[in-house]
Amino acid sequence: MNNKPKIGVYVCHCGINISHTVDVEAVAEFASQLPNVRVAREYSYMCSDPGQALIREDIKNEGLNRVVVASCSPRMHELTFRKTLAEAGLNPYYLEMANIREHCSWVHGDREKATAKAKRLVAAAAVKARLLEPLQEKEVDVEPASLIIGAGIAGIQAALDIAEAGFKVYLVEKTPSVGGRMSQLDKTFPTLDCSACILTPKMVDVASHPNIELLTYSQVEDVSGYVGNFDVKVRKKARYVDMDKCTGCGVCAQECRLTGRIPSEFDEGMGKRAAIYLPFPQAVPAKYTIDPERCLMLTRGKCGKSPKCVDACGTGAINFEQEDEIVEFKVGSIIVATGFDVFDASRKPEYGYNDYENVITGLELERLVSASGPTGGDILIGKGDDAYVPKDIAFIKCVGSRDKSVGNEYCSRVCCMYTAKLAHLLTEKIPDANVRVYYMDVRAFGKGFEEFYDRVRREGVRYIRGNPSEVFKRGDKLVVKAENTLTSTPVEDEVDLVVLAVGLEPRRDAREIIDILRLSQSGDRFYMEAHPKLAPVDTATDGVFLAGCAQGPKDIPDTVAQAKGAASSALVLLSSGKVKVQAQVSHINEDTCRGCGYCVEICPYSAIELVTVNQFGHEALVARVNDALCKGCGACVAGCFSGSAQQKSFMDGQILPQIAALGVMR
Amino acid sequence: MSEQQFEPSVIAFLCNWCSYAGADLAGTSRIQYPTNLDIIRVMCSGRVNPLFIVNALQQGADGVLVSGCHPGDCHYMEGNFYARRRFTLMNELLNYVGVDAKRFNMSWVSASEGAKWKDVVEEVVENAKEAGPFEQFRRNKINW
Repeated sequence: MNNKPKIGVYVCHCGINISHTVDVEAVAEFASQLPNVRVAREYSYMCSDPGQALIREDIKNEGLNRVVVASCSPRMHELTFRKTLAEAGLNPYYLEMANIREHCSWVHGDREKATAKAKRLVAAAAVKARLLEPLQEKEVDVEPASLIIGAGIAGIQAALDIAEAGFKVYLVEKTPSVGGRMSQLDKTFPTLDCSACILTPKMVDVASHPNIELLTYSQVEDVSGYVGNFDVKVRKKARYVDMDKCTGCGVCAQECRLTGRIPSEFDEGMGKRAAIYLPFPQAVPAKYTIDPERCLMLTRGKCGKSPKCVDACGTGAINFEQEDEIVEFKVGSIIVATGFDVFDASRKPEYGYNDYENVITGLELERLVSASGPTGGDILIGKGDDAYVPKDIAFIKCVGSRDKSVGNEYCSRVCCMYTAKLAHLLTEKIPDANVRVYYMDVRAFGKGFEEFYDRVRREGVRYIRGNPSEVFKRGDKLVVKAENTLTSTPVEDEVDLVVLAVGLEPRRDAREIIDILRLSQSGDRFYMEAHPKLAPVDTATDGVFLAGCAQGPKDIPDTVAQAKGAASSALVLLSSGKVKVQAQVSHINEDTCRGCGYCVEICPYSAIELVTVNQFGHEALVARVNDALCKGCGACVAGCFSGSAQQKSFMDGQILPQIAALGVMR
Repeated sequence: MSEQQFEPSVIAFLCNWCSYAGADLAGTSRIQYPTNLDIIRVMCSGRVNPLFIVNALQQGADGVLVSGCHPGDCHYMEGNFYARRRFTLMNELLNYVGVDAKRFNMSWVSASEGAKWKDVVEEVVENAKEAGPFEQFRRNKINW
């Protein structure tokens, strides 16, 4: 076949998105004069069906063998147009895109200058298109298993969906029990479903499902490989309790010398536990764990004459010699569902969270309200005989959300409704309570939310618009100082209890997963999705998906919906069984390679090795790339001394002419 | 060409995952910046061959920018560390041969930093403007 380049250039109007600042006709006219360009056209929407048909017809009728599309970012539509080429029988890698929307029409106002820049970008793309080479996409098998990190409601739901479809799931949870944040909640808004009642059956299901391998009290240490073939290394931390022997009877915890002396994480420090503990009564698995930072035996090597838990345990399950265990397995896809941390209220010192015991957070009140909480569901503030039932209660909303001073510009999306829910529960539990809510705005956007907010107001909860400036003590009371911005009057409100509706933040250890999986963070520091609208569960790393609050604050229905979306994306990979791997990989010219091995050292994926080849009867060392391992970063190319390493579609010989074209156009 | 009218030409090499996506975000957010800078996409800042810098200066650029993910956030784990080291050395070399330090710029722009991308472009274009037209390496005839 005569492979003399015959280029088709297609300039997109994108409605008026491009054409209002770029003279698209002039760009097409200019492109038609470029070397090797056979046709140059402009069209209103290149990505539309007729737009793509235009390209396909030209390939057939004009014999085009290269295509340049000047439109939006290749990150948006490169795959679309590659498919168009393939449909017309052309190798999909004969496509080059010029980004004249995101990088031109949308960022420039001056029509003349923007048009000149669009011409430059098109010229550079056309020059590169001349030099493109056909590439073959390789297919590899997909390991029919999935790793899910985090066993809150998102991870649980995704695990159940994938397992039900018949694939193996490794569900890794950092804490001793599955359940996550949802297990800490008492009721859920707006329906007031009992959180435990709807969650615990699912917790039991993941533990008993034959396709799910539950790894609690475990952390992912390392992930290598690529989409379809990830090698995962998980550290199962020592529980110091034999899981097979422990019956979950709890005698050990009753006997522990530290019983009732260690703040319980599950109860947000409101309740106390022992050094050997079950995080909460319905924990799954119902097996005890010894806290290695608290246990006297593990910290000091001595616990009285002998550890009481060991003496008490009827099955001899306690084993202080237990060590961490490393578990390794292969998966085809990964779902990250690591959830959130609540905002640390002490970062807003004006509200006195650290100073007064009757300033608490929403999650702490949640534990107080809960029947499984430290007070058995009674709203009691203070300890022992001094404990009292608060009558005047003020909620302060948006603590740590929509607040630039703490670096959180975003809305946490759940605080408005959990405040309404808690206010309702308080009026239910304390009939003569006088509850008011200080707010900036009420965002009741979900299904049934506005109705619930309305109901709570009808129940007598007062909403006062104004963001309090401070909370301080006066006598026995706390004073909430604010301005009622609807009446423009200053308020000094004397109350018994202040509840801070703290927002949601990324996990404090979010960095660890970023380092392991190469995720990106968005401006709010949550994990970033591949596209905010069209790829909300995908990430920049192929085969890795997001679910739940790890991606951004959301309520339970949204979390479950996203988890199901992530599960479905993971299943697409697993059930098709094949995945195409990166074709734009590096290649080393063995004729010119001198075998220095520098690229071998550079390669972050160990995809290059030195092999011995026969050159005229002599054995010579040369470097060779393993296509399946290469991810196409091109670090070896820039590092190669002899120019033998080249990245397909990003060769020196393709980029240098692009530079020259941009130069000529000046 | 008088000093005020001088519109420099800047060529930028952006990694696909962070800086190119950040520039896309600037576009989606309709953040306005000067037209002087043209972008060439590479998969990773670690792919940028130091030769590209010299070549760009030879072929008509008055300034060059290499932009990648923040160190530590590289999509390819360590590509931008290579870039950082390579271009630290490259910078020394350019200074040694008498190229104004303002002409070569390196930045770290993440996929969520559309606003920062604008600041970077403005700064780089301003730098090139101050440095003035670059003739030192210029090829008389450009072959493309």
